Amino acid sequence: MSTQTFDAGVQDYQLTYWTPDYTPLDTDLLACFKVIPQDGISREEAAAAVAAESSTGTWTTVWTDLLSDMEYYKGRAYRIEDVPGDKAAFYTFIAYPLDLFEEGSVVNVLTSLVGNVFGFKAIRALRLEDIRFPVAFVKTCNGPPSGIQVERDKLNKYGRPMLGCTIKPKLGLSAKNYGRAVYECLRGGLDLTKDDENINSQPFQRWQDRFEFVANAVDKATLETGERKGHYLNVTSGDVEQMMKRAEFAKELGQPIIMHDFLTAGFTANTTLAKWCRDNGMLLHIHRAMHAVIDRNPNHGIHFRVLVKCLRLSGGDHLHTGTVVGKLEGDRASTLGFVDLLREDFIAEDRSRGIFFDQDWASMPGVFAVASGGIHVWHMPALLNIFGDDSVLQFGGGTQGHPSGNAAGAAANRVALEACVKARNEGRDLEREGNDILREAARHSPELAVALETWKEIKFEFDTVDKLDG
Amino acid sequence: MSNLIKDDYRTRVTMETFSFLPELTADEVYDQIVYIINQGWTPALEHDRPENAADHYWGMWKLPFFGMRDPNLFLNEIEECRQAYPDHLIRVVGYDSYTQCQGHNFVVYRPRGM
Repeated sequence: MSTQTFDAGVQDYQLTYWTPDYTPLDTDLLACFKVIPQDGISREEAAAAVAAESSTGTWTTVWTDLLSDMEYYKGRAYRIEDVPGDKAAFYTFIAYPLDLFEEGSVVNVLTSLVGNVFGFKAIRALRLEDIRFPVAFVKTCNGPPSGIQVERDKLNKYGRPMLGCTIKPKLGLSAKNYGRAVYECLRGGLDLTKDDENINSQPFQRWQDRFEFVANAVDKATLETGERKGHYLNVTSGDVEQMMKRAEFAKELGQPIIMHDFLTAGFTANTTLAKWCRDNGMLLHIHRAMHAVIDRNPNHGIHFRVLVKCLRLSGGDHLHTGTVVGKLEGDRASTLGFVDLLREDFIAEDRSRGIFFDQDWASMPGVFAVASGGIHVWHMPALLNIFGDDSVLQFGGGTQGHPSGNAAGAAANRVALEACVKARNEGRDLEREGNDILREAARHSPELAVALETWKEIKFEFDTVDKLDG
Repeated sequence: MSNLIKDDYRTRVTMETFSFLPELTADEVYDQIVYIINQGWTPALEHDRPENAADHYWGMWKLPFFGMRDPNLFLNEIEECRQAYPDHLIRVVGYDSYTQCQGHNFVVYRPRGM
């Protein structure tokens, strides 16, 4: 029995979409936005507008609204909070019924939540701070192809972070010289090496040639050291057919791991590749080029913790998270928050780390956190303390910049890492005693002694742009 | 190390975690066992011939030592294992039943010449 009548024209959003009495359901997808409205627009109206424009609403009423059960399908702004330290902005919390989103599609979720609404005129700036994905949605996603536990078992790496490095210079090496750099790093003691994200298949180094030479380097280093090695073969390409062709060839060469850039290539390509990796027993390293365009502005865009969650759902076994201590941006508490979102099974709301919702992953495998960029041996104690064992620590310049070359640089990093792990297990305080631990270790490692001498003075002491609010 | 060869890095056969450190002393092994037990993990021993080192599975020495809290008892097991298999590699494993993974794993004994 219908009691509604069609009333053409423009209505205040808050009449429909501001529902402060609503209690979210376990199956609702929840989102927290930071909103800066235009002057003269109330918080309630702005919050309701965001809920409307990211769900069922449009700027005017239409008669077909009445053919649908709008009360069921609409997004609901159910809470408004002050942003600590910022009078112009406020947080709004919005609940979306699960039926608004296609199963297994983070693409569909993002198209709604960060679609048209971000260009909406009544809002001056808008940032998606967090999403609570309900278990009912999580269970429809494939997730990481292998995850932390399976990768450790496959690569036989236990009780410590893995060590990696990006091959430099990032552009211009021939395939054979590039493979040489890989071999030197791996034989010296690194577990993994990485294609630079900019390396795809350029004229100076076509992908087939790189894959073949690198496979030879990996296999030889594995045989000679007795340890399992890998190189992230970048399969990111201009189209999905080409991407799949490269992935297939990496598998044909017997290589354990490939890599992908999930933001520049897009979530559709990433999910396709992750599913293929699951089916084919390949590990998948994920790079995050373009993330800072989306996540660095504290008032507008998407916080990286949301991209982290989306990647875990779409699929990847490693994800770059920043280093906290190196050359790239990263607030410590906030980084620890999204590192937990990558690796743990249940993460409780914790505003001190920027986590706005409880998140239950319902046994979806965890993802290794990758710390990469401007780090060297002196950072090792702090990195181990911050990132723990389930991480990949990547020292690019810190390996290849060693005066005696890549192999010696790799050995220096490996000695430093193992000395720190051993000391931590013995109950020593890494942040306080870190320098002593490294100096002690250098007594039996000339490679480490030289490395400690080489990088003593390097520092990156700029303030973080995107800090936690408050 | 002589100056002549100081810049040449010689590739080494290594055995994963802790193989870039000097051989652990008995006290240092003890500390790692304490760490494993304090994490709530189950200590275990595995051994095999050096030529099988790259295999996923090494021989198990007895069963994992479920419920063992005394590190000295575990050190005794290492010694017993070493006497039974003097020409085998021996590694310590810490089984984590929550993650279903190994929380720790390091070689504790290498036969002469390795």
